[in-house]
Amino acid sequence: MTTAPPELDRAPMVGDPPSGHGVRVRVRYGRPARWAVRIASLVTAVLLWQLLTTRQVSLWIRFGNLPSATAVASAFWHQLHTGQYYRDLAASVLRIVLGFCIAGILGVAAGVAVARSRVAEDLLKPVLEVVRPIPAIALVPVAILAFPSDEQGMVAITGAAAFFPIFVSTRHAVRALPTTAEEAVRTLGAGRWTVLRRVVLPGALPGISGGLSVGIGVAWICVVSAEMISGQYGVGYRTWQAYTVIDYPGVVVGMLTIGLLGGITSGAVELAGRRVTRWLPREDGAHR
Amino acid sequence: MSATLSGPADVADGRGAAERGSHVRFERVHLGYGRRTVLADVDLEAAPGEILVVVGPSGCGKSTLLRGIAGLLPIGRGRITVDGSPVTRPGADRAMVFQEDALLPWLDVRRNIEFPLTVKRLARSDREALARRWIERVGLAGFEAHLPRQLSGGMRQRVQLARALIGSPPTVLMDEPFGALDPTTRAAMRRLLVAVWQESAQTVLFVTHDVDEALALGDRVAVLGRHGVRELVLVPSPRTEGVAREQTRERILNALEPEKP
Repeated sequence: MTTAPPELDRAPMVGDPPSGHGVRVRVRYGRPARWAVRIASLVTAVLLWQLLTTRQVSLWIRFGNLPSATAVASAFWHQLHTGQYYRDLAASVLRIVLGFCIAGILGVAAGVAVARSRVAEDLLKPVLEVVRPIPAIALVPVAILAFPSDEQGMVAITGAAAFFPIFVSTRHAVRALPTTAEEAVRTLGAGRWTVLRRVVLPGALPGISGGLSVGIGVAWICVVSAEMISGQYGVGYRTWQAYTVIDYPGVVVGMLTIGLLGGITSGAVELAGRRVTRWLPREDGAHR
Repeated sequence: MSATLSGPADVADGRGAAERGSHVRFERVHLGYGRRTVLADVDLEAAPGEILVVVGPSGCGKSTLLRGIAGLLPIGRGRITVDGSPVTRPGADRAMVFQEDALLPWLDVRRNIEFPLTVKRLARSDREALARRWIERVGLAGFEAHLPRQLSGGMRQRVQLARALIGSPPTVLMDEPFGALDPTTRAAMRRLLVAVWQESAQTVLFVTHDVDEALALGDRVAVLGRHGVRELVLVPSPRTEGVAREQTRERILNALEPEKP
């Protein structure tokens, strides 16, 4: 098994440079060109979709059953002019924001507590470790039973889903902190709370923000699934609703909306994470 | 300017002037980590305003000794007192400088140096004035807004030094603070430390394994071995090259010889 990079994956020829120093053949092109390629890739994908669906191609996957790109586009355009679309959007975003914020606060608090205190670890960890492997979706029936309204149940499921990645990464980040800075700060007069607020939390922030990024992704998965099962509003509910009334372009519009919202919220979380961890050494693109 | 009362006025004065150094005393102290005893039966005393240098082979417990005074380690048996009151926990009266990087990497130079004053809730203007003076003093003017990772090792140690001294603690604990620096920077840091100390008369406990450094800095040198303090040497004053210095050096080196079983 050779470890040569793919560019070198060919038989050696006469006239090759002496082996040991691989000549990297790499296409170099500038920023505008890269964007052109990216856009071309997207356009090609959409064109291909349009072709496959309108020509009713059946290559094991039956493209004929799927709505075409133009049908989806016009359905999207139509939906953008209805109040319902925005009501669904608002309902889903509100659930996400609430659930995610609750998960963030509880996850960071529990993670720090378990990492810093043996008592907290013994009290919290067994319970959390038992609950952790249960997929948040499996909590839907319990949530419906336990909460007075479906709305609260869905927020709870979203929160439960986002909680664990945040909790786990906070715990790891706090554990991995070097002790010297903390000890030094204690000899400079810092008490328990000062250490927590000014040393532990900022030091763990890179890890915590990683957990938040994962958490927001999981939150979307769960809110959409919960909406499909028990909602009356929301993007997930609307997508499933469209399917049940054989409105297939509507299904794809829902999917695209979910993807778009997920992308925007994860982007926001990532951006916030990078903002607060600017002090970290980064390779070239330090201040993007 | 002479040192007077330690108080807010004094702090704002920027001289880092404690009234005087603390009196640090070890009384038959046992220190260790968990069940492992590193130091047993240590009796040692640092007079107010003295620079006591502790030397010894690696692993003999020099750092453990300092961490004991700092209150970072539980004291097994015996007691450590600072001005008569036993040490139970860390406090701002015993600032410690570490060999390794102990700065907060997300704070710039100025904020790192200001840290002890922030903890004390000093007014922002006082903080900034004092920090500016210390930044100049340790030769970091122009680097206020740099993050620790943008500094060299020597500069980072200067930040640590300023951060430890800005709150004018009566006791300063230094754990091989210049150990990782090149000889020139080391000498400059030593001069800086002595200059600061001459104004503030703090009690300094300085750990090193470099005998020359011990002679250059210390009023007295304690040689630490596995069973406590082996030798306590008075460094002749003035601290210049000479016969007395050579003899002192011999004495320390002899005390550092491996122990016979």
